[in-house]
Amino acid sequence: MIRTLKTLAMVAACVSFSGILALSIWTIAGQPAPVNLPQLLSENMARSGVEHPVTAVLLNFRSYDTLLEIGVLVIAGIAGISMAKTASLEDPELRTSDSLLYGLQRWFVPLMLMLAGYLLWAGAHRPGGAFQAGAVLAATGVLMRLGGVPMDFLRPGLLLRLGLVLGFTVFLLVAVASVIGGDAFLAYPPELTKPLILIIESVLTLSIAMVLLALFVSAPVNDAEDPEEGSS
Amino acid sequence: MTAPLLYALAGAILCGIGLFGLLWLSHLLRKLVAFNIMGSGVFLVLVGLPQHQGGQDPVPQALVLTGIVVAIAATALAVVLIRRYYHLSGLTSLTGEPASREGAPE
Repeated sequence: MIRTLKTLAMVAACVSFSGILALSIWTIAGQPAPVNLPQLLSENMARSGVEHPVTAVLLNFRSYDTLLEIGVLVIAGIAGISMAKTASLEDPELRTSDSLLYGLQRWFVPLMLMLAGYLLWAGAHRPGGAFQAGAVLAATGVLMRLGGVPMDFLRPGLLLRLGLVLGFTVFLLVAVASVIGGDAFLAYPPELTKPLILIIESVLTLSIAMVLLALFVSAPVNDAEDPEEGSS
Repeated sequence: MTAPLLYALAGAILCGIGLFGLLWLSHLLRKLVAFNIMGSGVFLVLVGLPQHQGGQDPVPQALVLTGIVVAIAATALAVVLIRRYYHLSGLTSLTGEPASREGAPE
């Protein structure tokens, strides 16, 4: 009885939550937009250094968001690998010895790496960019991991840590350098905008892929019967 | 009523469904999935509403892109934490009811 009442109360709460949300959306939709952001953006596109508006917003006009985002990712990655049992990372039992899978991988992995590179480059003038490329790169890593390709760099060591913080460090360095140069925080010098964005995007891709892969690997895959995980 | 507005309203409904799942389900993984549904609803609202008002708007789209990546990382971290919690306590929910012990290691 109490449980039924509780469920009913929850349903009522959620329906009213949805209703209020939908009502406010309806009200906002009826009013004209206070600022015309797309027009503002297209007027300033020439100064952004790239041709695709989403990339321009991500890495130039609102790059502060992106900086904080990669910061959040790094924190999540570090928290993830600190939870992991390091010995399980290279458990030989996890490696599949399926030769067909291995053969397929040898075709897929280079193609996916190439796709990641293309997505990174395409971000300047069409949909694409650091996040998509990073996701594809991380998926490549997951595929390699599941297929049993040894990946020693994923051991919590210098290489993994460097990969995790590389994107954030470079981004922060660029941001601070412009402050030291007497400009605003994160303001790129106009003549260097395109190369700077390209460098930042490349290291961001690497770092995003590393964070996602580290989080995947640190979700322990060993036997659930082992209660000793993390104690070693 | 335009298509983007329909997306935004569907986002509101998704938010409600996600909230209900978050409150009602006790299994932590299900709670996580419900939370992600709620997040998807927010993304839909964020993209749909400006598009209804003034055509495609790259600014909220970029924000949603940022949000998606953060959501993936947060979800992965949550899964890692849930697995750790399960290994330490043998429970799959925070309440500790006996019913939640199904499938737990002896």
